[in-house]
Amino acid sequence: MKPAPFDYVAAGSLAEAVAALDQAGEDAKVLAGGQSLVPMLNMRLARPAVLVDINRARELDYIREVDGAVRIGATTRQRALERWAASRLPLVAEALRCVGHAAIRNRGTAVGSLAHADPASELPALLLCLDGGLVVRSARGERTIPAAELYVAPLTTSLAPGEVAVEARLARPPEDAGWGFAEVARRHGDFALVGSAAILRLDASARVALARLAFFGVGGTPARGAAAEAALTGQLPTPALIADAARAAAAALRPDDDLHATADYRRRVAAVLAERTLGAALARCARA
Amino acid sequence: MRRTVRVKVNGTEHERSVEPRTSLADLLRDDLDLTGTHVGCEHGVCGACTVLLDGEPVRSCLMLAVQAEGAAIMTIEGLAPEDGLHPIQEAFRARHGLQCGFCTPGIILTVHAFLRDNPSPTPEEIREAIAGNLCRCTGYHFIVEAIAAAADAQRQGGAGP
Repeated sequence: MKPAPFDYVAAGSLAEAVAALDQAGEDAKVLAGGQSLVPMLNMRLARPAVLVDINRARELDYIREVDGAVRIGATTRQRALERWAASRLPLVAEALRCVGHAAIRNRGTAVGSLAHADPASELPALLLCLDGGLVVRSARGERTIPAAELYVAPLTTSLAPGEVAVEARLARPPEDAGWGFAEVARRHGDFALVGSAAILRLDASARVALARLAFFGVGGTPARGAAAEAALTGQLPTPALIADAARAAAAALRPDDDLHATADYRRRVAAVLAERTLGAALARCARA
Repeated sequence: MRRTVRVKVNGTEHERSVEPRTSLADLLRDDLDLTGTHVGCEHGVCGACTVLLDGEPVRSCLMLAVQAEGAAIMTIEGLAPEDGLHPIQEAFRARHGLQCGFCTPGIILTVHAFLRDNPSPTPEEIREAIAGNLCRCTGYHFIVEAIAAAADAQRQGGAGP
């Protein structure tokens, strides 16, 4: 199981990477941590003519907070983000602990996982849950793709040929908001069968001021639980209402049958996980 | 088109010419004759090929040799002192922490970094730490005991190598 031959460009900067991608055309792939791309190369599921390695573009290794948003550079390792987030953004740290294993996260990048767009992976759903986006650059310039417009199909994003993802942006939830994260996987570190992430914030009268719910492993792309968000916003979040909202959100999902689980099973588990993550988020809400 | 890669492995500098598609695991095994690094699944699942890249465990099957340019790699051959075994290896031998041995180099290097970061782990933490290393003999029970014994030995023996 060895990759087909390819040409290799070690870009020393983002500008070099953009130029190399512009020159290489459609048959080029960006190599960051390689924890998703290299297996695909080894299995020859991907056969790019050129690999543009961005690991030596040092300016892409950063985590910054700007105006309430967390900005994560394209070569920032998942492990570095996990350590950073442990005290500052625990939802992200909790989700990252479910991404592969420590040895995978030592190389794998957060932005690479977002751009790889595996529908069963955790980080794309967090991008939805945290109203995030991906900053991409090409020879034509830079643009920011909101999470809702990023995911098109399994392993397919709306990035155009020649574009490289340079930064992920996550909106930091308000300080008094609570969070929840849960997934069901056959074994720790495996891809999830179904997972869910939630954010809740209460107003001074203990009604829901902000609700965000996202799912992964429930179809070709990560999905927002819009029905639950609408059902909860402005209401008193009683256990019964949370259960109803979770069921409504799960009912709107269109998961696939596969070797690991039926669509019906996934929808049922999604309802359970949505109820748990919304419940956990509520329990973590700071009382006004 | 072949590339020249310079890499320090177990303290020794090497320079080799490789194809860009050559994995770090294949460079270690085929070009440097360091066959202690085992290759199992070649897609990052089994953990047999784990080596330390600048001190941190990584899958050498998921890294291209050309990407290791300028890096310091440690393989299982670099762990033991000249005159014996490393305390982790000693604990695996004493506690029967291996059967066929195929997964052992990857587990021992994973554990080497793990115990550096967490010198007094709980059994649950040990199990999570080696969750990315598959033992198909399914000898996990003794492996976990061996790791706990290694942690004890390293704590008593000071910081360890």
